[in-house]
Amino acid sequence: MTAITQALLSTRGLDVAIAGRTLVRDLDIRVDSGETLAILGRNGSGKTTLLHTLAGLRPPSCGGVELCGKQYLAHGPRAAARLRGLLAQTQSDAFPASVLETALIGRHPHLGRWAWESASDERIARDALSAVGLQDLEGREVHTLSGGERQRLGIATLLTQQPLLYFLDEPLAHLDLAHQIAILELTRRYAAACGAAFVVVLHDMNLALRYCRRTLLLFGDGRWQEGTSEEVLTAESLSELYGHPLRELNDGGCRYFVAA
Amino acid sequence: MPNRRRALLIVFLLAMAALASVAASLAAGSLPLGYSDLWQVFRGDETGIVAEVVRTLRLPRALAGLACGGLLALAGSLMQVLLKNPLADPYVLGVSGGASVGALAAMLFGLPLIMLHLGAFAGALISMLLVFGLAHGDGSWTQTRLLLTGVIVASGCGALVALMLSVAPEHQLRGMLFWLMGDLSQGESSWPALTVLALGLVAVLPFARDLGILARGELSAQALGVPVARLRILVYVLASLFTAVAVNSAGSIGFIGLIVPHLVRLAMKSSAGNDQRLLLPASALAGGALLVTADTLARTIVAPQQLPVGVLTALLGVPAFLYLLARQQR
Repeated sequence: MTAITQALLSTRGLDVAIAGRTLVRDLDIRVDSGETLAILGRNGSGKTTLLHTLAGLRPPSCGGVELCGKQYLAHGPRAAARLRGLLAQTQSDAFPASVLETALIGRHPHLGRWAWESASDERIARDALSAVGLQDLEGREVHTLSGGERQRLGIATLLTQQPLLYFLDEPLAHLDLAHQIAILELTRRYAAACGAAFVVVLHDMNLALRYCRRTLLLFGDGRWQEGTSEEVLTAESLSELYGHPLRELNDGGCRYFVAA
Repeated sequence: MPNRRRALLIVFLLAMAALASVAASLAAGSLPLGYSDLWQVFRGDETGIVAEVVRTLRLPRALAGLACGGLLALAGSLMQVLLKNPLADPYVLGVSGGASVGALAAMLFGLPLIMLHLGAFAGALISMLLVFGLAHGDGSWTQTRLLLTGVIVASGCGALVALMLSVAPEHQLRGMLFWLMGDLSQGESSWPALTVLALGLVAVLPFARDLGILARGELSAQALGVPVARLRILVYVLASLFTAVAVNSAGSIGFIGLIVPHLVRLAMKSSAGNDQRLLLPASALAGGALLVTADTLARTIVAPQQLPVGVLTALLGVPAFLYLLARQQR
């Protein structure tokens, strides 16, 4: 098996630009099986645009992205969808659907053209709903969910898709503290048990430090910094990143950052 | 729950309803017929005036209604997917207006019949591309802009129609007006429309699950492996074609494309949600049945006078729609 040495995701000389403005220049990163990479940056620094580029949903303006050693084009959309999944920043529901039906759309790339969801697909979806604590709401209309419940349903849909590589765009938005931790614990469990990898856009550097092995800082002007969270996350780098002074606190060997 | 057996059952029941609506339409009229008379006509035992009425008058008209209702409902469903908005419909978005402009232009220049059909299709496709080309992407503003563009294009088409009618020479005006007001009785042959409906269903059904996911947003659809760009082109072309064929064979019958997908959605409740695998064939059948029934009533209620069929589709559809909506809210 070469999969052990092969990166799940790698970029070479990747440029990301939007409306003529280069947000990320010459990015070289790799994400291995079992790893979690946090992406931090100010509003409008290109986190989401980069995430979509890494997920193969938008062409890079320069350079290349490889998923499991192959370009997205070489995979084709269906095969790529079995390898990577995306939790978008917002979930839209134009038409009524139940919670279980919504989770089941995650099975799409695994089903043949004429196939209908089988009992095992339903089991996978129910397990995913349980994993995010929505098991009692499977019959509810999506429109009746609260913001946090809808967000967890988005995560459950992604878990139902069963990719190897998860792109999460602000997965903690709308979640209360307990659910924020629960979702991050979930990513840790999936990474350890299934060898899944996560690329997560976050706004909380303390959670990034605690749950993500690596961190990528986007400064919004093309510059970026990537490395282990321990070394990348410092009061100095974060103060520059957010344009606001931060202080580092120590508590029993754990580091925390607070706005000064 | 999405379930193939349940879906097949619902489609089968709707097919029976469509068949019943056609049978009722064959039986009703100034020459009332029993079902045994109809049976004899189809077995070939009955000849003479009864067979003549059924074969040359009532059957083509019923089949044209079935086909047009199905086509309009299918076009409406597809456009609602494309717009991710339940308000989309060939009339609201100016697609059928475009078809009217194309067909009337062909008439105005005295082009042959085939050009009339092509003109309708081209007009529908141009409106469609105008509306959807001017705004793409996700987000609520895009949707608002799409609807706004559609409404503007629709009124632009209305103006063009009025312009062409006012400059048309006397001898063509009659034909153009007749075509524009059109009803199901003018149908030369209903087979082309039925064929388009059948082939169209065959073309979209393999992509039904993809369409259901596309209706939830382009980004997530793309991430789930749906070939968004290709699917959109397919929907543009098919929805324009369906609208053009329906407008060509029955003139302007509004409302079906908007209301039938909702009727089906509400009637299925959460058993199918927005599952296009069920919604597309069910809408086609329900649309056909609704239009045939409306047309039958339109020509019998105040016989020998005929009511415009659009009045009847609304009179049947609105209460049913409101009832289902109220039932769902609880």
